[in-house]
Amino acid sequence: MSTSNINYLQEKKGLLSWLFTVDHKRIGLMYLGGVTLAFLLGGIFALLIRLELFSPGSQFVQPDRYNSLFTLHGVIMVFLFIIPAIPGALGNFILPIQLGASDVAFPKLNLTSFYLWFIGLCIALATLIMGNLDGGWTFYAPYTISGNKAVVWAVFAAFILGFSSILTGLNFVVTVHKLRAPGQSWFKLPLFIWALYATALVQVIATPVVGITLVLLIMENILKIGIFDPALGGDPVLFQHFFWFYSHPAVYIMILPAFGVISEIIPTFSRRNIFGYKIIAFSSVAIAVIGFLVWGHHMFVSGQSTVASTAFAFLTFLVGVPTAIKVFNWLATLYKGSIELKTPMLYALIFLFLFTIGGLTGITLGILSVDVHLHDTYFVVAHFHYVMMGGTVMGFLAGVHYWWPKMTGRMYSETWGKIGAFTVFAGFNLTFMPQFIMGTLGMPRRYNDYVPEYEIFHKLSSIGAGILGIGLFIALFYLIASLFNGKKAEQNPWGSKTLEWEEAASPPVTHNFTTQPVITHGPYEYGVEVKA
Amino acid sequence: MSTNLALHKVGHHFRSAEEEFESAKLGTWLFLATEILLFGGLFCAYLVFRSMYPQAFAEASAHLNWKMGALNTLVLITSSFTMAWAVRLSQLGDKKKLILTLAITLICAGIFMVVKYFEYTHKIHEGTLWAGAFTAQGFSDPRVPTFFGLYFLMTGLHGLHVVIGMGLILWLIIKTGKNHFSPEYFTPVEMVGLYWHLVDLIWIFLFPLLYLISGVKL
Repeated sequence: MSTSNINYLQEKKGLLSWLFTVDHKRIGLMYLGGVTLAFLLGGIFALLIRLELFSPGSQFVQPDRYNSLFTLHGVIMVFLFIIPAIPGALGNFILPIQLGASDVAFPKLNLTSFYLWFIGLCIALATLIMGNLDGGWTFYAPYTISGNKAVVWAVFAAFILGFSSILTGLNFVVTVHKLRAPGQSWFKLPLFIWALYATALVQVIATPVVGITLVLLIMENILKIGIFDPALGGDPVLFQHFFWFYSHPAVYIMILPAFGVISEIIPTFSRRNIFGYKIIAFSSVAIAVIGFLVWGHHMFVSGQSTVASTAFAFLTFLVGVPTAIKVFNWLATLYKGSIELKTPMLYALIFLFLFTIGGLTGITLGILSVDVHLHDTYFVVAHFHYVMMGGTVMGFLAGVHYWWPKMTGRMYSETWGKIGAFTVFAGFNLTFMPQFIMGTLGMPRRYNDYVPEYEIFHKLSSIGAGILGIGLFIALFYLIASLFNGKKAEQNPWGSKTLEWEEAASPPVTHNFTTQPVITHGPYEYGVEVKA
Repeated sequence: MSTNLALHKVGHHFRSAEEEFESAKLGTWLFLATEILLFGGLFCAYLVFRSMYPQAFAEASAHLNWKMGALNTLVLITSSFTMAWAVRLSQLGDKKKLILTLAITLICAGIFMVVKYFEYTHKIHEGTLWAGAFTAQGFSDPRVPTFFGLYFLMTGLHGLHVVIGMGLILWLIIKTGKNHFSPEYFTPVEMVGLYWHLVDLIWIFLFPLLYLISGVKL
């Protein structure tokens, strides 16, 4: 441990000291900047899509361009934003500090993983000028094996981003196993660590499979290798199996870290020990395991056998159980707590509300007979946006607000924070609630045009998207403003019990702690007399 | 043993050299797990297509030269043995023998790639390639090219790993020459060793699945 008392932001100055840093906190901040940029880009594409869909018929983009827009929206949001957002930005910053370590196990690998992310971003954006990207973020063969250059490069970008994700996961698993502070036993770990640990396991185990799948897809385009192309004896359904074998577990890579954030925030702002610590910890691992066995529910109409579909449907119901356990535990933690509605808590409550809708509609879609009707409609679009945006993005925003004082040493405006949160909540529901309704009425996804019957729903949804955009911009502005004129943050402004608040300064010193911390109490022991 | 050891400095974030070694080891095992899953995708594709087209696989496999495959298996197993020996020698700090065993491992890897080169050029010459480039005549089953597609994917990805392994072993030889390793610090030798055994192990599965499924004719 270093005895230096200079904080990590002031230790070294200049651009190069950031570009070549191996400090997990600086890498975390670079990720935060990076994923915010990706979110902005993906969000702009989403707004363009909603603008085009404001009225029936072609407004300002041709159908080919429209395909590019929704494909890039998906690729950027999934691979460049949601997957790296919480682990890359918040996890990188907070995980070592919560463990009582001074860095992740492999700091250089950590920086490598950031640069791989950056290369992925550059390639993904370069496809914009290569022609018409097509096929959606799922890259289904045989649409994607026609030799379209933009598609091949987008697939390559996803491949590179996979490596970035694997390296982060590998780093976190080793760090959690080997670098815990004295006294930091597994059941004294904050639940954010448990969630990141479960996530990291999925990243390490699932991502290589999509890696080889994307390589095969590139080979199919360049060499005509004959694995996925039915004209050459290949099997396009095999692509779907391979793809979802990764991409369903990837859904848990996206949502589990948000569960972790919520498990930190709810006890802090309810001043209560978390209800059912162990069951929340184990349910993260259970979700990671069962999540590997449900991929076939994306393929109910692909021609897979009825037996397989039935099994996948039941496993899908099963994965809902540990998820529901978490939700009930959070609610039980709130019960009789001294709830303080600060901005992070508001986002956590928004998360609970939206994620529950997203999760329950997921069970609806897991029912075989219902899915056949709803497959590829806006109901599916609304469902996964409630989970991914209502869940992960709200969890991310909650976490950013919660740890902002720790990361930057500044407080943001609570008033503007609340205004932003309410605007986001209103805008989000107005955007996606109508999509559930038009989905059940049969509006298919991924079309740039529709019959007039759906117009009212599309109009509401587009207006909602505008409000949602305004809410997010409000958050962006007051957070940036706080860097310049925000009040200086205390070490522990929320009165939390975890290590990053109790032992590390705001912002932390270069090696996190001036002396090696020793853990003597659990992470959520509020209202308990702590014996020294 | 050498006298001017270039001392390895333990990373600031580790509390002991042992903690650093343990972390490197766990990290390497996790990396090997990702490698198994990477190849796992190809093995899975092999399983699917072989169960779809068993006749084609039998016919195409008979066309591979099992003697060359067997020679390469022998070569790689030998290299795994010398690699394991090298790890032990690095723990003992025997620099001369360490360089010797690493060099033998490197040469074996080289022989493997030379044999592979002859196999590949023969197939290119015959036109027994993947579906999009298949030009060979005289096969009865139309799905024969699927087998060769998988053959090139699996042996190609494996060959790439052999080449990367050769680079790593060469790097170890140079570092050993510069006295970077000692009985207190031999982490890279052990980690490259683990990687090399995995590369060997994957070949041990590839050899029967590709070369031997239709029986061998002496």
